[in-house]
Amino acid sequence: MTLEKEYLEYPKRMYGMDHNFFDWSILQKRKKIIWPNNARVAVWISYSLEFFPLNQPSEPFKAPGGMVTPYPDLRHFTTRDYGNRVGISRIWKCLSKHNLKASAAVNSSVAKRYPYIIKKINDRNDEIIGHGVDMGKIHYGGMDDKKESDLIKESLDTLRKISNQKVLGWWSPAKSESWNTCKHLASNGIEYTCDWCNDDMPYKMNSEAGNIWAMPHGSEIWDRTIIMDKKQTEEEFVEQVQDAFTTLYEESEQYGGRVLSIILTPYIMGLHYRIKYLDKLFEWINNREFAWNATGIEILNEIKKQ
Amino acid sequence: MKEDLKLYDYWAYEGRPKIRWPNGAKVAFWVAPNIEFYEINPPVNPLRKAWPRIHPDVLLNSSRDYGNRAGHWRMMEVMDKYNVRGSVSLNIALIDHHPELIKEAKDRKWEFFSHGIYNTRYSYEMNEQQERAILEDSIESVLNATGQKLAGYLAPALTHTEKTIDLLAEYEFLYTCDLFQDDTPQPLNVSKGKLISMPYSLEINDIIVYNSYLGTPRRYAQMIKDQFDQLLKEGDECGTVMCIPLHAYAVGHPHRIRGFEEALDYITSHSKEDVWITTGREIAEYYYKNYYDDCLKSIKKQN
Repeated sequence: MTLEKEYLEYPKRMYGMDHNFFDWSILQKRKKIIWPNNARVAVWISYSLEFFPLNQPSEPFKAPGGMVTPYPDLRHFTTRDYGNRVGISRIWKCLSKHNLKASAAVNSSVAKRYPYIIKKINDRNDEIIGHGVDMGKIHYGGMDDKKESDLIKESLDTLRKISNQKVLGWWSPAKSESWNTCKHLASNGIEYTCDWCNDDMPYKMNSEAGNIWAMPHGSEIWDRTIIMDKKQTEEEFVEQVQDAFTTLYEESEQYGGRVLSIILTPYIMGLHYRIKYLDKLFEWINNREFAWNATGIEILNEIKKQ
Repeated sequence: MKEDLKLYDYWAYEGRPKIRWPNGAKVAFWVAPNIEFYEINPPVNPLRKAWPRIHPDVLLNSSRDYGNRAGHWRMMEVMDKYNVRGSVSLNIALIDHHPELIKEAKDRKWEFFSHGIYNTRYSYEMNEQQERAILEDSIESVLNATGQKLAGYLAPALTHTEKTIDLLAEYEFLYTCDLFQDDTPQPLNVSKGKLISMPYSLEINDIIVYNSYLGTPRRYAQMIKDQFDQLLKEGDECGTVMCIPLHAYAVGHPHRIRGFEEALDYITSHSKEDVWITTGREIAEYYYKNYYDDCLKSIKKQN
């Protein structure tokens, strides 16, 4: 067997990226950003509220955290649902104790099923961001374009109606996008996506329906990655977030304001034996000088002004 | 398929010629940042999928791109701080996509060696002519962009054919990083010319530690320091080689860079008589000049 001729042809071997989602740029070569009150590190906390249907389809794959055993997988269904009642309650309490605000990524089916959650988020003044319809509805390359457009519309219309928030941010289920997701997001009034993990600062993306922004929402410092995938301890999670803060703080002197993205999953970090470590982390962060706690849209609006 | 490609002979770790690196150093230490480009929609190789998800795999593709956009600079600044030059394991197409990164490395007198054209194009199922095309493209592109005559090779994503090692010798490469059988260089059995295996320390490759062993940044620092201590001790008998193979998309994150810095701080605090901080090419050249013949004799005597 030998490879086809096209395997050694490189039609996109040219300056910049091999796609048009965004332009190539080096983080450290960009103009300096200055945060309000000369803060050095914007601390952006986000958490996700997700509904995993018991009959979760694998179209084209199951979102991480989804059903594992043969039907009915009540084990994973209920441990995930635990996040939407007990886990999130602990995280809210912890945030409130330290006077911190956050962005809440919510499946629209969670908003429909549990209106209490939306009321709580609104009472806290947390920002709601779109998170698809539910964890069984993945956006992926090659999916029917109309179907994707309908999913995004359904998600955003539902969230906007129930929450009365503008809903300007988006985080796709499983951080999975099709070739057209950004276009549909832009045409549905979305200003930023959390799906791209390639930067430490917001950057502008291109789409046929206008610009949106990619917010720094890395997969490597997520509680899911560190605790579930890498099997590290709560203390090791906290230590790594602290190290990230320190690094970003130090380099902000030369390069301007930075964003520390703390990404939490209520059924992971909101567990009884983990929450005290989150409490310690928030306390530590509140004791840092020049930290600015903000929501995604507040950070983006500040960047857009500069 | 064969049981063994017989690329090298067995060579007992004891009783080898007593290698001493410049200044009598016992460990030759080099750092190999892989600077890679992962295509978002590459053609399919029948033996390996480029992405676990349907294209575009936004999650993984963007996580790889992080290295070039954000992590590289951070990693480079730590290396600058400790005066360590890199030996770049380069996806050759990156010369076209991101010339800024090439220029920064060139200005710092870093070495470039070939890591294939893209990290999403694998050598599996290539015929000889196709593999030659990869090597010729690499040699020409690096020479044009940097003025360097290519000396080293690490197959893209560690994908090989039965011919890879022979072809490298034929194209006058000095060393390959593809073989992990030893902690010192070894003359290889090639059909034409000469080639040595260069220890690449795959076990402390940041990707192996972070993604296979699921290590923390502090554990990574400790592993590197422990490996260095052991190779320094053994280097008293016969000089050893230690590499730190890196990927800016792994080591270059704000929560991880301090682990790498801690390790570099430790290694560079040793004297010139202990450690020779160098590049892959310089190790290879020194080895050919001073030890290749003696080592070859030692190997032949055992086989």
